[in-house]
Amino acid sequence: MYAQMVTSEGGKARDEMTPEERAFQDRIDRGERIEPKDWMPEGYRKTLIRQIGQHAHSEVVGQLPEGNWITRAPTLERKQILLAKVQDEAGHGLYLYSAAETLGVSRDELTGMLLAGKMKYSSIFNYPTLTWADIGAVGWLVDGAAIMNQVPLQRTSYGPYARAMVRICKEESFHQRQGYSIMMTMARGTPDQKAMAQDALNRFWYPSLMMFGPSDKDSVHSAQSMAWKIKINTNDELRQKFVDQTVPQARFLGLEIPDPGLAWNEEKGGHDFSQPDWSEFYEVLKGNGPCNAERMEARIEAWEDGAWVREGLMAHAEKRAAAHAAE
Amino acid sequence: MPALPETTIPADAVLFETLLRVGDSALILGHRVSEWCGHAPTLEEDIALANVALDLIGQATLWLGLAAEIEGAGRDADALAFRRDAGGFRNLLLAEQPNRDFAVTVMRQFLFDAWHAEMLAGLAVSTDPRVAEIAAKAQKEVAYHLERSETLVIGLGDGTPESHARMQAALTRLWPFTGEPFRGDATDAAAAEAGIAPDPAALEPGWSARVEAVLAEATLTLPDTARFRSGGRSGVHGEALGLLLAEMQFLQRAYPDARW
Ligand SMILES: [Fe+2]
Ligand SMILES: [Fe+2]
Ligand SMILES: [Fe+2]
Repeated sequence: MYAQMVTSEGGKARDEMTPEERAFQDRIDRGERIEPKDWMPEGYRKTLIRQIGQHAHSEVVGQLPEGNWITRAPTLERKQILLAKVQDEAGHGLYLYSAAETLGVSRDELTGMLLAGKMKYSSIFNYPTLTWADIGAVGWLVDGAAIMNQVPLQRTSYGPYARAMVRICKEESFHQRQGYSIMMTMARGTPDQKAMAQDALNRFWYPSLMMFGPSDKDSVHSAQSMAWKIKINTNDELRQKFVDQTVPQARFLGLEIPDPGLAWNEEKGGHDFSQPDWSEFYEVLKGNGPCNAERMEARIEAWEDGAWVREGLMAHAEKRAAAHAAE
Repeated sequence: MPALPETTIPADAVLFETLLRVGDSALILGHRVSEWCGHAPTLEEDIALANVALDLIGQATLWLGLAAEIEGAGRDADALAFRRDAGGFRNLLLAEQPNRDFAVTVMRQFLFDAWHAEMLAGLAVSTDPRVAEIAAKAQKEVAYHLERSETLVIGLGDGTPESHARMQAALTRLWPFTGEPFRGDATDAAAAEAGIAPDPAALEPGWSARVEAVLAEATLTLPDTARFRSGGRSGVHGEALGLLLAEMQFLQRAYPDARW
């Protein structure tokens, strides 16, 4: 997902917990919200910082593949919609950094870790957007997968994170609709456009399935995160839901999902489908995906080239404050 | 060259041309600003720049939509935006100047906004109610653009030595393009005569007063170079506009039969 393979810390059996830890777990089990000033185990705090930070970085880096087509958007209306969408993603980054700040880590610290390669962002944003149809596919599939994950996170145990998710989810459904609308226009357009739409689906299908992360049904990290309610569903549950939701949408578009193994399974009430190539996923996470270098370069350049701007504005604010104090 | 005979420009042609001028400037500057998306110095700036780009492209859509309607040749705003070559564009040269660094971007925005606000105030009292309506809507947005670009010019001009030097260099680079908005031609004269648009020269005192006050607060020095560059009104642009259009118009040109 936007936060993939977050390792959690401090998993303990109930009889190993301190009384404080036990009381904390009881609050979570009762469905109470944890707020910034409340006592929390260090592992909970650290795991959340990793998860929210990774999510925030994904929103920010996620501007790049779509930003790649803003200047080439084919109509004035499409250009405005895409600009508004990418602007939303920057806003999501802001909400999430603010949520992380309540845990005692600043936006600049988190950014520093991203740029130093010590924190990750979602694997999906390391894939290129090669045609206009890719902008449709990203909205439809990538934002669609994000929604799958983020809707349950509105009920996550940490208050500021849950509230950020509520705001974000309101905007995400518009993102998915604009993507699907592009796909629809392309799929019903000229033969060239239809071919672009199919090609975009072919390239984005498996990377979208990877967004949920590898199966975690046996992962201790996931078990701990689920006990803390900072993860609500297993990766496999979300992936299954995503496939089941997307298959009829693809059919409606007249596009074919690039999986010969895809079939309805009456017994489980869901689709059987092929797993993505997980070795590719691990390569992308390691930094070897098609666009890892470009994405990081772009963020580092924005940060470094922007240093004089941030410093200049800061210096001016200080001059103002000093002049004010002297009055 | 012998003097050309005086000819009267048909009223619709004057209105069409006037709309292209204001609409193209909004479109081209909006495009330039949108190039920043995802690369700004802070997330807040990413959001603010996207806002300005959205406003300007939205305004361009309205101006060009009306232009196409006046023209009555079956074109729409998209056809005007995506199917004209550089020589058909009527934007100010200032609007098409490349982003370069954030200083040039901010300074270009300020110099433009200060003109844009004056221009829209004039258009808002146009004798053509359709023009007045679009201008009134745009005026609200541009008041915010100007407030923001002023704040940034002052903050960065009177910031660190580096930010000051960059802002001064940006001002010097852009200064030659700041005379063009105020030098009208026969079309502008006809538009002013008909009360469609303000006389370009009449906007200059307000612009100068504002620009000089803000640049003084920003501790920046007014360049003493001539403000002589022009060509936008007659479609004679810089090399950069052709490249901008090659990018912007790519899909409509490569797939002329497609609908998007
Ligand atoms: Fe988002
Ligand atoms: Fe997103
Ligand atoms: Fe989104």
